[in-house]
Amino acid sequence: MIKRPFFSSGKLQLRYSLENEVNHDVKEIALSKKVTFFLKTTPDDLEKPSISTGKKVKTGEELTLTSGNRVTSTATGEVVDVSPFIGYSGQSFISLAIEVEKQDLWDDEFKKVLDEKGPKEAFSHLGSLPGIANPASFADPENKIKTIIINGLDRDLLTVTNQFIVKTETEPLAEGIKCLKKITGADRIILAVPASLGAVAGKVGADVKVIDPVYPNTVPSLLIESTTGIQTLPGMDLGKKGIGFISAEAVAALGNLFTEGKTPLHKVLTVIDKNENLTIVRARIGTPAKEILTALNIEMGQGDRLVFGGPMTGKAVYSEEMPVQAETDAIMIQDSAQIIPTSDDPCINCGECVRACPANVPVNMLIRLLENSLYEEAEREYDLFSCIECGICSYVCEMRIPIFHYIMLGKHEIALTRALEESNG
Amino acid sequence: MDNQKLFVSSHAPYWHNCSSLSAKSYTIMLATLPAVIMGISQYGAPALGVIGLAVSVAMISELIMNMVMKRPVSIGNGNSAVIGLLFAMMLPASTPWWAVLTGAVVAVVIGKEVFGGTGANPFNPVLVAIALLMLSWEGVMNFDEALVNYNLGFLMNYPLTALKYFGVSAASDFSTTDLLMGRQSGGIGATFGLGLIIGGIFLILRGMIRWEISLSFIAGIFVTALIFNLSDPEEYATPIFHLLTGYTLIAAFFLTTEDSSSPVNLVPMLIYGAGAGFLTVLIRNIGAFVDGVVFAVLIMNVASPLLDKIRPKAFGKGIEHA
Repeated sequence: MIKRPFFSSGKLQLRYSLENEVNHDVKEIALSKKVTFFLKTTPDDLEKPSISTGKKVKTGEELTLTSGNRVTSTATGEVVDVSPFIGYSGQSFISLAIEVEKQDLWDDEFKKVLDEKGPKEAFSHLGSLPGIANPASFADPENKIKTIIINGLDRDLLTVTNQFIVKTETEPLAEGIKCLKKITGADRIILAVPASLGAVAGKVGADVKVIDPVYPNTVPSLLIESTTGIQTLPGMDLGKKGIGFISAEAVAALGNLFTEGKTPLHKVLTVIDKNENLTIVRARIGTPAKEILTALNIEMGQGDRLVFGGPMTGKAVYSEEMPVQAETDAIMIQDSAQIIPTSDDPCINCGECVRACPANVPVNMLIRLLENSLYEEAEREYDLFSCIECGICSYVCEMRIPIFHYIMLGKHEIALTRALEESNG
Repeated sequence: MDNQKLFVSSHAPYWHNCSSLSAKSYTIMLATLPAVIMGISQYGAPALGVIGLAVSVAMISELIMNMVMKRPVSIGNGNSAVIGLLFAMMLPASTPWWAVLTGAVVAVVIGKEVFGGTGANPFNPVLVAIALLMLSWEGVMNFDEALVNYNLGFLMNYPLTALKYFGVSAASDFSTTDLLMGRQSGGIGATFGLGLIIGGIFLILRGMIRWEISLSFIAGIFVTALIFNLSDPEEYATPIFHLLTGYTLIAAFFLTTEDSSSPVNLVPMLIYGAGAGFLTVLIRNIGAFVDGVVFAVLIMNVASPLLDKIRPKAFGKGIEHA
């Protein structure tokens, strides 16, 4: 944990971990007995399920719901459980559990489409890839993507997943960039990397943009602004603005997919242990976190915290059975002794958050409204939706108010109200 | 499920910079020490008595208010101790016990608790109490009257009173070094200029107070006093005299910077500080009171929420969100 320095009148300095500070020995995680996928759902999917238990699944097969949402299976086996799952901020998912057979039987549907109809058509049938849950959105004909930004740094602190990919998978990355250009017609591809990866990044055929590795420079909204000058906000349809935002890992996966005709199955993850030592692991998407922790001899106890993602923006989960998903870049474990509880004390107006906020949100006023459920006013008067979701406000809060939580709750409540208003005409 | 380990779940972020209000309060108390120790060494036991009484009454008042209002006990965060300490620092060492008690209770209860506790006070609680004492018992807060029995080996006239009633010639009896080294009469912890400056710089370096406010307050006083001084050097004292006398320095580093009653954005902080400095000199030079700091800061406290409306444009403002 980076603490406030003794003399701290200067600017906040939260530096990202860099790939060259981490041991490059990759720990391969063996194929798990069970893999689980979460698919975003609409009410239709629950009423008319297109996938039921007992279905035989091949490796690389696209599992498609009635709504068209899909995921790529990373193992061969039988669907043993289909159940609804409520995720972050009330998003509804279907969880598909597959009992895995040892031998992989490959599904050749993708290869067939690729050979018969070409890459664009094949791409629009894609399920998920390591690093991106919904790559097909890039082929959406409604989106005229002109600029694609590839994040070769990682979104959160203590995470080196994408930097590791830029360093070690340079060729697939170059191949992936070619594919992206072909499929989307984008005329500008920008690869954002830290200075240490500048030389490697120069070889992949994209405009290299060196980013100062200080948080929150790679939070999507800020990275898009610093590379293109266009302001976008979280939750916005980037495609409509002509922008694509993708991680380096997803681009490399795309490169591998089109050269080999087989979907890459493995996700690279940074595992952050209780002492904040970083280990790079490769596991199939869908592997339960428990298998990874066991392989690394990490013991978790009562009252510890398991986070999918990094320390600033990750999502805490309640069970070790939670599976690695396409966009899980890191797994962090915190010991119960390291957990700093939030408090319900009121704001003292010290202004730390206001001065630290990269989006100029008047957090001190915003939090007063959010605490009292005045969401509409918060949006109207105090720029609730300008928040770029970096979490720095909570990090610096002297009273330890869960500000980031309140902000996300406010956004969620407003989204619910809007949906209700629309359905009532 | 019975043997499943229970994990702690919460919203991101999972890190914290480990700052806290109690750490801030204790750092502020540490920073006051040079000035406080100087005060105690000058005035002896009575000064220590005033400080001890003020701090304990302030803390007990908060405890009682916590109980009455059925709120969690919050004296551990040190905020009321800071209020008591700063209040005592501004009093003459001979302040009678009932005045200290009244002031400390007023500071914590009326200055802070009735508004909802720490962080909800629109005024600086210390200044609310001092203003009340100034208006209610003039003799208590008149340093010449209160400290009449003390002779500490330097000029025992209160510099600002001397300036107000005897003009610039009386003010020039005080040497800058004396003023800076605490060789002047005044509040227990408000006279040792150098000590207050060291404490203030320590707080600024530690990031506990906002240098923008301190600096603009000092600049406001300096510039305003300079303009007065240039317009009529016979009538108005020099800016240095204004900076080193009365409550100027304690206000610059410990009072104007109080979190709840000051703005948080850059431009508002500068206006707030400069405005308080400007009003201070205005009251001292052409107003009714000997020292203008108390009312100047209270007036700027009122303006602070309005000033904070001046803020930079938020990210992505004006673009349509999803």
